[in-house]
Amino acid sequence: MEFPKDLKYSKEHEWVRVEGGDTAIIGITDFAQDELGDIVFVETPKIGQDLKAGESFGVAESVKTVSDLYSPVAGRVIEVNPELEGRPELVNESPFGEGWIIKMKMEDPKELESLLSAQDYRDLTQKG
Amino acid sequence: MSVESQRGINFREEEIFGRGNPGREGYTPPWSGLAALDPESALPAGALRGELEGFPSLSEPEVTRHYTRMSQWNFAVDLNFYPLGSCTMKYNPRINEAVARIGGFSTLHPMAPQEQAQGTLRIINDLGRWLCQISGMDAATLQPAAGAHGEFTGLLMIRAALTERGNPRKKVLLPDSSHGTNPASAVYCGYEAVTLPSGPDGRVDMAQLDRVMDDETAALMVTNPNTLGIFESDIIRISRLVHDRGGFVYCDGANLNAFLGKARFGDMGVDVAHINLHKTFSTPHGGGGPGAGPVVVKRELAPYLPFPVVEHAGDGAYRLEYDRPQSVGRVHGFFGNTGVLLRAAAYILSMGPQGLAQVAEAAVINANYIRARLGNHYHIPYPGRCMHELVITDKLQAEYGVTTLDIAKALIDRGFHPPTVYFPTIARGAMMIEPTETESLETLDGFCEAMIEIADLARRDPESIKAAPVTTVRTRLDEAAAARRPQLRCSLCG
Repeated sequence: MEFPKDLKYSKEHEWVRVEGGDTAIIGITDFAQDELGDIVFVETPKIGQDLKAGESFGVAESVKTVSDLYSPVAGRVIEVNPELEGRPELVNESPFGEGWIIKMKMEDPKELESLLSAQDYRDLTQKG
Repeated sequence: MSVESQRGINFREEEIFGRGNPGREGYTPPWSGLAALDPESALPAGALRGELEGFPSLSEPEVTRHYTRMSQWNFAVDLNFYPLGSCTMKYNPRINEAVARIGGFSTLHPMAPQEQAQGTLRIINDLGRWLCQISGMDAATLQPAAGAHGEFTGLLMIRAALTERGNPRKKVLLPDSSHGTNPASAVYCGYEAVTLPSGPDGRVDMAQLDRVMDDETAALMVTNPNTLGIFESDIIRISRLVHDRGGFVYCDGANLNAFLGKARFGDMGVDVAHINLHKTFSTPHGGGGPGAGPVVVKRELAPYLPFPVVEHAGDGAYRLEYDRPQSVGRVHGFFGNTGVLLRAAAYILSMGPQGLAQVAEAAVINANYIRARLGNHYHIPYPGRCMHELVITDKLQAEYGVTTLDIAKALIDRGFHPPTVYFPTIARGAMMIEPTETESLETLDGFCEAMIEIADLARRDPESIKAAPVTTVRTRLDEAAAARRPQLRCSLCG
């Protein structure tokens, strides 16, 4: 199970990678994809949609269940991963890489400070 | 004695397309004496379906055998135990079928004049009254065709009532154990679905409810007993809190089987509920075909019921009343799935009040019997007595790499339909087992022994469980590939 140190994490099992300034990439964690099982469909938001922190921006559907995706921070969606429509399995195969879900322009990068570090997130996953 | 599955006669069966011979027919009516018509000259181009080129021409026995052979690959409640949690796959008594086939009902045209449809109208009126008596409510609509349809109808009525009060409000609260249809219905009615985390005992957490129930919350949708098979013992306090803040209480009646004849929604403070006739009242689930999810309401919501309403006039006649200015409108063509309503009416009459109460007793005893027998072999996330169903998980088997999905597949080899899996989502690796009242002790023992054997093999020979099923026509399917790249159209349809 991977917990890359350079990312920030939410309790809802999303990760955030800051791409310089106020641009952030968001996906779901290795732990989340493992819990969900084979992902068969990812519903993504529209480009330009404004999201509040904690707001649902899409859905990951696996053979077992359907799970909401929550935005860890507030901002505007500027890109969605175009590959996921045809290859949702990328989220399983490469959750922190090719399986990224959205890119957003953050409203307030300071919000990142309230998210979990890799260590905190790892601890959270080992509790339940 | 318990049944044991074995290989029977199963036929390899290919697609029906590409079979038969042009000109072969199922049924040929006697020659009418009229000349044959050329469809291309007789009909406008838009009415001709070119893509039907190559449609198979087969005799009646060929078609009958094709579908009967494929049905042999399938599982049915008429074959063996079908413990699909929350779905209440109880046996469907044949007397219901006999009643639904009585000519006066089955041949009635939906547009027949009311005076020629008195029997069917009386059944609709009677069944509505009986469901009100059983649930402690005041008025009913039998139009909704399924549970989710009932939820939608019920929430529309709540919305209409709140709108008349001046504010339809914005949110609907749902416990995190609720059926997935509940939030979907809320969203379809224009509400934001707000999830309420359950307390550690799997029940609605009163402190959480107190925190989020505000004057923008239209309703709480609660399932009682909930999907963990646990009775919401605080239900009266829950209803009072919601009412005090101007909201309505919607009860998802999917689990009514658990307290049929013992407790009533109306006495719990519920304002509106749906009842799944294809669950509690033994009508067929129909493989996605017609079901019925009647909605029962308290007096305050009665003016908003869908029209037409069947009224019993002073002169003894039954009439369809359309003049309902506050109604949310029709939610189904004609009067609902009347064939299903007839079956439920037959069930209620054949059981009688005492019989219905025995249903709840046996359903709860059967579930607790299974819980007691499996408790040493499987993890039970919410301990304590359950109602009509129980939730176990794969936690003990996961140590050996055996998951809920593997256990479900291994049950198929032992002749049982798997329970509901991976739901409710708040219990990781959940298996939701609902035996219903219609099973004998021998059947329950056979199921428990199969589950115990699987738990034992999971430890000693996990690979044998992971290879299951091996006795079926199709073995382990690639469910991920099937969902990622579905082929939903036959070759003929292009």
